[in-house]
Amino acid sequence: MIEPQDTPTDQAAPVAPDLDCAPDVVMPEVIHEGDTTIVNIGPSHPSTHGVCRVIVELDGEIVKHAEPVIGHLHRGIEKMAENRTYLQVVPLTDRLDYVGSMYANWAYCRAVERLAGIRVPERAEYIRVIVCELQRIASHMMAIGPAGADTGATSAFMYTFWQRELVVDLFESLCGARLTYNYVRPGGVSFDLPDGWIEKCREFVAQHPAAMLEIDRFLFGNVIFRARTKGIGVLDADDAVSWGASGPVARGSGVDWDLRRDDPYSVYPRFDFSIPVGSNGDVYDRTRVRLWEAIESCRIISQALDGLAEFEPGTIKADGMPRLLAPRPGDAYDHIESARGSLGVYLVSDGSVRPYRMKVRSPAFSNLALLPLVSEGYTLSDLVVILGSLDPVFGEVDR
Amino acid sequence: MAGVDDLAKALESTPGGGVILTSIDAIADWARGYSLWMMPMGTACCAMELIAASFSKFDFDRHGSIPRPDPRHTDVMVVAGTITHKMAPAVKRLWAQMPDPKWCIAMGNCAVSGGIFYYDTYSVVRGVDEFLPVDIYIAGCPPRPESLQDAILRLREKVRAESISPSRVRAVEGVLPLPGDPLRGETDDAAPEGSDA
Repeated sequence: MIEPQDTPTDQAAPVAPDLDCAPDVVMPEVIHEGDTTIVNIGPSHPSTHGVCRVIVELDGEIVKHAEPVIGHLHRGIEKMAENRTYLQVVPLTDRLDYVGSMYANWAYCRAVERLAGIRVPERAEYIRVIVCELQRIASHMMAIGPAGADTGATSAFMYTFWQRELVVDLFESLCGARLTYNYVRPGGVSFDLPDGWIEKCREFVAQHPAAMLEIDRFLFGNVIFRARTKGIGVLDADDAVSWGASGPVARGSGVDWDLRRDDPYSVYPRFDFSIPVGSNGDVYDRTRVRLWEAIESCRIISQALDGLAEFEPGTIKADGMPRLLAPRPGDAYDHIESARGSLGVYLVSDGSVRPYRMKVRSPAFSNLALLPLVSEGYTLSDLVVILGSLDPVFGEVDR
Repeated sequence: MAGVDDLAKALESTPGGGVILTSIDAIADWARGYSLWMMPMGTACCAMELIAASFSKFDFDRHGSIPRPDPRHTDVMVVAGTITHKMAPAVKRLWAQMPDPKWCIAMGNCAVSGGIFYYDTYSVVRGVDEFLPVDIYIAGCPPRPESLQDAILRLREKVRAESISPSRVRAVEGVLPLPGDPLRGETDDAAPEGSDA
């Protein structure tokens, strides 16, 4: 099917960049009147949660304007997808949101399935729900813990990271990888659940809510944490909607919007769960929404594990999947609720075995764009906390 | 470092000075090898495993290897993740800010060679060794924290074979038996002169 000249060849590496040059100095677009100072943070800074550079205009200690400079992790994944077959793109989507790889896998696979008209077996849908809710827990642990670390409570990070390690162990026994899973594939999932996995998963789900309530007590009840996060980085519900925020950032502001319930996909309508919604739109609410979402995820996983017993083991791949997918010319968009918000993938097919164009609608990108809005008027030390509460993952922001 | 080099050369040319020099080397290498503080140059997915290495289950503090965000505090730069052309000048500048002696670990396929991003992309540096002197390469996408642990232990062995005098190469018994390791060279058969093994 593939012509020899179409295969990706060992092309010559591009000319090495002029590494002696300093990074481009980008000045903020708006310079305020008066005696202000420009401070550069990043791109390598422990508080930026990745390779983000923030140019901050300060009046004393007050942030007048904070401008994120992105693109330090731009790897051209969308462009690379045009040179890969549909199945070969799945590992690339792992590297988009590396804190929650399963989501990008799933969003991409849903777009492919919609494009090619593939019907996924129900057992595979249940497994997808289970792994993605586990992934939501793992990803939120990486948001709650650093929120504590940013405010000086490093021990909270230790507690949440341990919960994340338990999830990673489950994934490792499922597909062999700790971080980049390549598990959700077009038409199903790559492996069925191994022996004893359901029991291990039930053990995790049984202990997780108690661990979360403990963190709720000693982190969210901590007087210093409350003082550092309550009323900081306030985002109105109207602004959240008009700036395209989604996920916990929007729900922390009181926007009751979750694709799992409001645009139901997969088998989510069969489960009973609630959507935690904040009210104040500050860092505290955004972070606490994540904590309660992790507990709700446990409820979904328990119900999905119960439901899984109805289906015959092994039916995890769609029938009649060709080795090389070549969907009819057309386009498809599908989105899921990732840990960061609504993650969408738009695919255009020209009838060949490779996508003509792939576009990822990244929630982390939209949420990071809020930084100038929510950090204005707070202090420089609050900026770090606010940036952490937006929970950007730069693999997904820069793609 | 120039002062240290001059001192080391003067000691080498002095009768009996070699004994003092090897003693100083032994102390310096012991101290350096057991407190390899990391500059976590984590940019992408591998940074997650770099964080995991510092937390429960792996706990790199017990190797004396703790991550410090300030390059001026650190001995070894762990480049974990894809380095793009936009990021490379910043990495190079951070490397220049680290005090000598310093070492570099390329963690993960992206830092080793560009990995999955070697083909078909226009923005990725094909391996951090295009502009940094890498001591240890770790393969994997991403490597497990155990691999990073292994790299730290191997690097310790390399550090213990170094001298404060740049012209002097010491051969010592490694902490890990690594047959076929080029680092150990012919030391098993005949120890070169000046060896205190």
